[in-house]
Formats: sequence, C-alpha cells, structure tokens
Amino acid sequence: MSVKTKLIFVALFGLVLVGCSSTEEQIDAAEVVDTAAEAGATALGVESKEGTIGEVLEDDETADAASEDAAEGQAGEDLLALRVIYFEYDSADITAESQAILEAHASNLIINPGIRLTLEGHADERGTREYNLALGERRAKSVSRVLQVLGVGEGTIQTVSYGEERPAALGHDDSAWGMNRRVELLYGN
Amino acid sequence: MWSRVLITVILLAVASPARAVLTIEINKGIEAGIPIAVVPFQWSGEGVQPANLREVISLDLNRSGRFESLPKRDFLSRPHSLTEIRFKDWRLLKAEALVIGKLRSIGPDQFEVRFRLIDVFKQKQMVGYVWKVSRSKLRSIGHKIADIIHKELTGLRGAFDTRIAYITVVKTPSQGLRYLLQIADSDGFNEKTMLDSNEPILSPSWSPDGRILAYVSFEGGRSTVWLQNIKSGKRAEIASFEGINSAPAWSPNGKKLAMTLSRDGNPEVYVMTILGKKLQRITRHTAIDTEPAWSPDGRYLVFTSDRGGKPQIYRVLASGGRPERITFQGKYNAGASYSPDGSQLVLVTNQGKGYRIAIYDFASRSIMELTRSQLDESPSFAPNGGMVLYATDSQNRGVLSAVSADGRVSNLLKFREGDVREPDWAPYNR
Repeated sequence: MSVKTKLIFVALFGLVLVGCSSTEEQIDAAEVVDTAAEAGATALGVESKEGTIGEVLEDDETADAASEDAAEGQAGEDLLALRVIYFEYDSADITAESQAILEAHASNLIINPGIRLTLEGHADERGTREYNLALGERRAKSVSRVLQVLGVGEGTIQTVSYGEERPAALGHDDSAWGMNRRVELLYGN
Repeated sequence: MWSRVLITVILLAVASPARAVLTIEINKGIEAGIPIAVVPFQWSGEGVQPANLREVISLDLNRSGRFESLPKRDFLSRPHSLTEIRFKDWRLLKAEALVIGKLRSIGPDQFEVRFRLIDVFKQKQMVGYVWKVSRSKLRSIGHKIADIIHKELTGLRGAFDTRIAYITVVKTPSQGLRYLLQIADSDGFNEKTMLDSNEPILSPSWSPDGRILAYVSFEGGRSTVWLQNIKSGKRAEIASFEGINSAPAWSPNGKKLAMTLSRDGNPEVYVMTILGKKLQRITRHTAIDTEPAWSPDGRYLVFTSDRGGKPQIYRVLASGGRPERITFQGKYNAGASYSPDGSQLVLVTNQGKGYRIAIYDFASRSIMELTRSQLDESPSFAPNGGMVLYATDSQNRGVLSAVSADGRVSNLLKFREGDVREPDWAPYNR
C-alpha cells in the first residue's frame, strides 16, 4: 500500500469515527490521522511538523500566530482531522460546515509553507462517467478557490479529478452516494 | 408461452476458452420475429466439427429480435444441398426462410464453408456463398452469414460480424482493483485484453477504420488520452495537458479527435489533429462542456453542457461557432452520440425515473426511453443503427446490454468475471 493510499484510508477511517462516535473516540481518531500524516511526511522525506514549526519559531510574527492557534485548543485540531469535504448532488457549493474545516486547513498550510496539498475531486455513480469527471474537477477547484481566498498560495495546491472512478463507499443508495460526492485533502510534498 | 408479455431465453454459449460471456439473455416482446430454420451444417473431416455454425447464426439472429430461429428438434429433415430440400417439411413449421450449408476440411487448418439462404414460399435460393478460411475465422464466417441473412430478409445489413470494446474491473486479493481494456466479437467471444492497469480506464472509442482505440487512462495519476493500435498493441499518449484530458471521439474521416480538456481552467471541448496534434478550442463557457461526438457527415459536434443549470445536449459546428441547445425534455441528458444515418442521437436521460438510455429524434425533437432500469450509461449504436449497446447493472454487477433501437428486444451479456462497463461498438471495417 502506498503512503498516499494509506493516508486516504486513515483519513476516511478517522472521519467515520468522528462522524458517528463519542468524544473519546474522536480524539483517538484525530491522533491516528496525525500520526499517519507525520509518518507519511517522514517517508516522503519532508521535515516533520514539529521540525518545521521549530525553525519558524525564530520569527516572532509566526510564533505568535502559532501560539494563538495552540490557544484555540482542541477545536482547530479536530477540524484538521477532517480531510474530506462533502457535496450535494450535481453541486460544487461549499457548506458552512466545510468552510470551517477549510479555514483550519488554510491556517495549517500557511504556517507550514513546505507542505503541499492535493485536492482529489470525486462524484457519485449517477449519470455519465465523463460528466462526473468534470464534476469532480469542479469540486476540487471550488475547494481550491476557498483555500486561496483564505490566503493559501496557488502553488501550494494541486487538483485532480477521479470522477466516479474511485468511490469511497460501495452501494447504490443515498448514503453511499453522499459519501462519494467529495473532495479529499491529501497532504504531501 | 406466447401469452406472456416478456419472454426470456437464456442461451448457453458453447464451451470455448476464448469465451468471455457466460450467458446471453434475450428479452423480447410478444411480437414474433421472422421464423427461420437454420439446419445444422454438414461436417466432413476428421473428428469433431471445429465450429458450430448453426449455433453462431441462430444466436445472432435471435439477439437481433427480428428473427426467431426455430428449434432443430422440430426439423422433419436435415438437408445440406438444394436437391435434398423437401419444401413441405418447412412450410409445416411455418418457416419463411431456410438456411443450409456444409463445413468441410480441405487441408491443414483450411476449411470450406458453403451456405445457402432459401425462400420457403417461392422455393428459390435467395443467396449462396462459399468461403475458404482457417479455423480461427470460422466463427467470424458464422457472423457474416447472419449479417447476410439479416440484409436479405430485412433490407438492413446485420452488425454481427463486428467487435466491441469495454472496460472490465476485477477485484484481486493482492493488488486491489484491476482495470482491463478489452475487445471481443459482438457476442463476447474472442476476448482480448489490450491494457491491464491498476488505475481507472474509461471512454474507449474505436477509430472509423476499426484499427485504433482512443481511451482515457489514469495510469499517470490523472486522466490523459491514449491511442492504441489493436493489432500491434503499441500505444502512445496523445493528450496530457494540465487538468482533465478525456472523452476522446474520432472524426468520421479518422483524422481528428474531439476531446475534453480543462487546460484553460475548466472543461471545454477541443478538436485535435492526430498528426501534428494541432488544437482548436470549440467551446468557451464557464460551465462544464464535455462528451463531444461527431455527426456522421463530420459537420457537427454534439456535447454535454450544464450552462443552462442542468446537463443537456448542445450542438455546434465542428469548425466552431455558437452552440445551440438540442434537448429540453427532462432534467438530465448527457453522453449523446449520433445514429449512423445522423437522424437520431442515443443518450443517457433522467426523466424522473432513473438514468436510462433514450433516443432523441431530430425530426420530432422528442426523447424516447429505451430502457427501464436506474443506472444505465455509455450507449453506442451498432454500425447498422439497429441496436444500441450500453452498460447497466444486474444483481449488483456491471454488465453490458444491447437493446433494439425501437426498444422491443434486449440482450443481457453476462460476463464471466468482474464489472463490465463503458462499451463502444466498433464500425464495420476491420
């Protein structure tokens, strides 16, 4: 299993737990995701999160921002554990809930300039594959635009669409379709 | 039996290592096709006959829905030459036409096939042919015979001696999903894998001469367009711009490919020359524009766009210009392609009852649904316009189905393994 695949899997698994379980498990899921993200970063030869922040701490402004971020506490970290943005049928609109998740990731990307983000757009199985490929791209670009408005550099973000080719959930019902209309946020270099 | 509205015939194909299709289920309406008697061919040679031509011909004729091949257990006699025919035997069965023939070994891997089509009422031969071929070509001769019978008795050439391309997705315990680009005869025999990939493949499209497949592969981590020679297997990436590269469609003269590229920010339809790779942008809109398809005369492109809010079909001059909206009926119309005579489109529609295959008729501007399930997609016309091949779902498996252009008869091709999808029916030339 490649590092990327592992990240997707862990991110999804983490999300399912966050989505439907108690607070105790939420923290666990967040830890699993963070550990995996670090392991992934190390394997890819990227500096670890701590290492990057340690270097930047010499800069006063960023240090303040970072400590402010830390002061915000658990909420921001929980949002960072959410790596999937979901959409309505045939839509690329960002919901208020998703906006909050993206704000957390935008802050994280701004304080970690070495990290890059791939936005992988997906669609549910209904309708033609080619139209869905275009729809997946529209969703990825919609997320990209929000992140850029929030101050993330264009060069930090890369988009790719898989259309309906890589469903997260199998099945032919509303719940599976809802899981599949998504953009996955994949950290890497 | 005739009182039932739908009749399902399950035909087991003969055992063959090259067989990809397990069964072909034929669903037809109460209206009967032309009754025809196909007599088993006389085999002269060593051992077992190398091909069951009667079976190939009968299955083809039944699949078309225009014929009913009579069961051989009712045959009172089994003639192989004109002089052996007793016409009253066939009038008794109400057979309108009779097929007789011989298969003879004439040398190492050389066979002679003789075939005659006879009008039972006029008591006259309509056509007769002789072929000399190798063993591997015998099934193809069976399809050719079915094509000739179809032409003689309906006026329309059959499309049995043609091929189809499709994608098979198989689950493997070790490697996860595998995506196979495959080609086979129109009845699923002689399957051949052109590409085996761990990444998705979609939208195979036959060149007009049937020698090259264009398709989309994700092997580089994103969608790019490839061309592959059927005979040599050689392949080349033809479009790998930034963003989406997809939905390849051959111009009727085979010199250009229409495709969807998002290199300028969002999906637009382009036309690329195959030699020189010169690009011309056809659409300019912030909406999704995709799934281009050429009119048979090469003048127009139809494509899917959601510029009106929902996906609908639009038409534009292939040289560029102002697109005009074609479909207005229903909340979803996409994936259109032209009938061989240019008078109709086949497309995926949602009229509120699920995603179904439908025919749009240019003259009446109406949409007629051909199928009745929920998740039908990827329709393409047979080269004679008589049938439409598409992908559907059967017991949670992706399968292929063919439906007559009037919606009267359909066949379900059940494959041995995997999810089968994205079919494209090849043109006549091969």
